[in-house]
Amino acid sequence: MIDLGKYAFAVLASYGVSLALLAGLIWQTLVANARARRALEDHERGKKDG
Amino acid sequence: MSIWEYANPVRFMRMTDRLLPWVVGGAVLFSVTGVVWGFLTPDDFRQGSTVKIVFLHVPAAMMAINIWVMMLVASLVWIIRRHHVSALAAKAAAPIGAVMTLIALATGALWGQPMWGTWWEWDPRLTSFLILFLFYIGYIALWAAIEDPDSAADLTGVLCLVGSVFALLSRYAVLFWNQGLHQGASLSVQSGERMSHVYRYPLYTAMVGFGLLFLALLIIRTRTEIRRRRLAALQAREMRA
Repeated sequence: MIDLGKYAFAVLASYGVSLALLAGLIWQTLVANARARRALEDHERGKKDG
Repeated sequence: MSIWEYANPVRFMRMTDRLLPWVVGGAVLFSVTGVVWGFLTPDDFRQGSTVKIVFLHVPAAMMAINIWVMMLVASLVWIIRRHHVSALAAKAAAPIGAVMTLIALATGALWGQPMWGTWWEWDPRLTSFLILFLFYIGYIALWAAIEDPDSAADLTGVLCLVGSVFALLSRYAVLFWNQGLHQGASLSVQSGERMSHVYRYPLYTAMVGFGLLFLALLIIRTRTEIRRRRLAALQAREMRA
């Protein structure tokens, strides 16, 4: 285990906040992309089916 | 083959379909390696373990500025040549830039408290970065507020031009005003000021990783915007018919 000494809070909070923000951004990007693709595919399929 | 051919949404989708797995692979490889390697570096003799924050703070700050510059270039392409993909790419980049700016501000505050004795100071670089963050929020809000996409692209393009002043200020504020707490470049090439290779190599790796992560997210988000635009166009055509 790495000993971060008296600055453990600053280091761990920096990594925690940054990784949480990046994870949120990646998750939102992927969910929005999947939704947009599904909506377009559904619309185009609906048009083909009549 | 001209670069302008990728302004065609179909060509852009086809090209990015092939490119995306490689960019995602590179982004995961470099950003995970850089951040983990940075976390495992030894303590600095002055800053102790807080030096590990540099591997998030510097790449995020670098991307915060560079993303705005990319948005500026894309906005100028839209304003001059009216290529829709470039306007959509600028729109897609803004939330990534806002998150990068927020990471730079948050890690800067967490680093500043033990090193400077304060979470925040109205220092030129910190203040210009906060204004840059507000510009990102304003840019995203303006896109959301205007219904007509071409008008939104025009107005956000103008906002992007104005905000570029703060993007440049946040990069060079330390040189313009010499009274702030924030130090100059972290990666100085001058001998004596140069960062030790123990920290420099993982930092370079993290910077490449953050750059590739931005590119991967930008491609995915631009593809999302193109699909949304296509769906809206199809629905509008059917309404008219």
